[in-house]
Amino acid sequence: MTDAAVLPEAQQSNAATAQPEAMAWDNKARRMVTIYLPLACFLLILLFPFYWMTVTAFKPNAELFDYKTYNPFWIGSPTLDHIKHLLFNTAYPHWLVTTMTVAVCATFLSLFASTLAAYAIQRLRFKGSQYVGLAIYLAYLVPPSILFIPLATMVFRLGLFDSPLALILTYPTFLVPFCTWLLIGYFKSIPYELEECALIDGATRLQILRQITLPLAVPGLISAGIFSFTLSWNEFIYALAFIQSSENKTVPVAILTELVSGDVYQWGALMAGSLLGSLPVAIFYSFFVDYYVSSLTGAVKE
Amino acid sequence: MSATTASVWTKPQQQANWLVRLFDWKPFLAFACLLPAAGLLLVFLTYPLGLGIWLAFTDTTIGRSGYWVGLENFQYLLEDPLWWNAVFYSVFYTGIATIGKFALGLWLALLLNNHLPFKSLLRAIILLPWIVPTVLSAIAFWWIYDPQFSIISFLLVDKLGILDNYIDFLGSAWPARFSLIAANIWRGIPFVAISLLAGLQTISPSLYEAALLDGSTGWQRFRYITFPMLMPILAIVMTFSIIFTFTDFQLVYAITRGGPVNSTHLLATLAFQRGIPGGQLGEGAAIAVSMIPFLVFATLFSYFGLARRKWQQGEGND
Repeated sequence: MTDAAVLPEAQQSNAATAQPEAMAWDNKARRMVTIYLPLACFLLILLFPFYWMTVTAFKPNAELFDYKTYNPFWIGSPTLDHIKHLLFNTAYPHWLVTTMTVAVCATFLSLFASTLAAYAIQRLRFKGSQYVGLAIYLAYLVPPSILFIPLATMVFRLGLFDSPLALILTYPTFLVPFCTWLLIGYFKSIPYELEECALIDGATRLQILRQITLPLAVPGLISAGIFSFTLSWNEFIYALAFIQSSENKTVPVAILTELVSGDVYQWGALMAGSLLGSLPVAIFYSFFVDYYVSSLTGAVKE
Repeated sequence: MSATTASVWTKPQQQANWLVRLFDWKPFLAFACLLPAAGLLLVFLTYPLGLGIWLAFTDTTIGRSGYWVGLENFQYLLEDPLWWNAVFYSVFYTGIATIGKFALGLWLALLLNNHLPFKSLLRAIILLPWIVPTVLSAIAFWWIYDPQFSIISFLLVDKLGILDNYIDFLGSAWPARFSLIAANIWRGIPFVAISLLAGLQTISPSLYEAALLDGSTGWQRFRYITFPMLMPILAIVMTFSIIFTFTDFQLVYAITRGGPVNSTHLLATLAFQRGIPGGQLGEGAAIAVSMIPFLVFATLFSYFGLARRKWQQGEGND
């Protein structure tokens, strides 16, 4: 391949100039094989389920179950039947509203709690604040799979069973540790001198928090908010254990328990439901993707 | 400094009412700030954790508070082949999925660390499997693994002619186990890749330049520069990954619900099945509690990873 690249004209010139040219070509081909080809494979595999989800959601049933006469990778005659079925024959809009309400409320509750906690730990620096920080870090390592049984009994005794309020109150168990951890890192990056100046000028601590630290921490708050929102939208096990009636279910639980019925699965409707359920998070995420990536990497580096 | 300026200085603070002064008193402010987070976590995390451990030693069922039965639940579990099966599959699932996720994730991170066009767009797209609700992508995998209409079988059998029969992905034990692991790896790659990419970008290029001058090969640069420098972040990400893979619930519940014939139960799905639909809260709690030793082990791993990191940065241990 490298020999073919060296043209007769190049051969006439001296070796010093021919050599880089051949190397450049060699590098380009090498780059193609070692970087772009595997990268393309990764992208193909990572995105294929979404493509398949989308294609299935818009295919009529006849095409869905017949790969021989129709090309399975393309839609012959797109249809909105599955989405219509979902929106008008099931409680899907209701599930979306419930999920949205729960996610938004849980996000605000956790943001409120974790901003104050992160401020206290990082900026007030009382005795033992680092141990409180460590405890919150450890709290993040307690997975919901261990907690859902005792939480279910608690929720039942509190009379919150089958109510979205149960989810709003329990989601902060995994949101608060994560957000606090993220915001501690963010507050660390705001110069402490700014607060000292304000203290010297006679501002109270609350004024400092409200008028100096919080406005500067807005990017951190946004990324904590996105994380909380996507995490609570994705949450499954608590919603499965605490909610029983059909209309109070969240989208992930409802699709799995309400749409899967009988022996014949309505794949079109299932895929349409999954697609619609993924869209809000995907759109929300696409607006703030830079915050998301930077805070994800920042939190890990912390 | 004269006396007059001093009085001007202190005046506004003396006039402030007691509430403002209370909130400016550091111990009280710290307490007040920590109260919402600590309250939420104590009530909904610490207390249930204790309650869960207590429930594991009782015979509580739904609708009846139980009596203390000591280690009976655990003795029962030790004789229960299903529990042993779940322990085996949890360890197997975590082991294989972690190896797969980290090998492929590291490879993807190394690929992304090159100069590429549309880098930020690429990162955004790669994170998609991580953003989308697990259950919803699991349903897509369920459809991909369909015995009759699997697109993978269709490609392999009808298009490429590599196999003769359609693969029964979820119908028997071992194919179902590996299908779930594949789905878990698919979901885990983006997080690992993006976190490790962040780690890669902190490695100073001068190290590679020095190694190049010394005539190192590509493998040597990876083995003696990239890998050790990446070790700290790798340890943290791996701990998280291990903890959340070991306690995974959604993927298995969505795709197989522990079947076929209970062969793909993880400890979390078994605990759910016994505890919530089965009503045996005590036994379910005991299964959940039996995950704790594994998690403690993973956390210790994280701690030593962190300790090593400080030493590498030359900050000294504190």
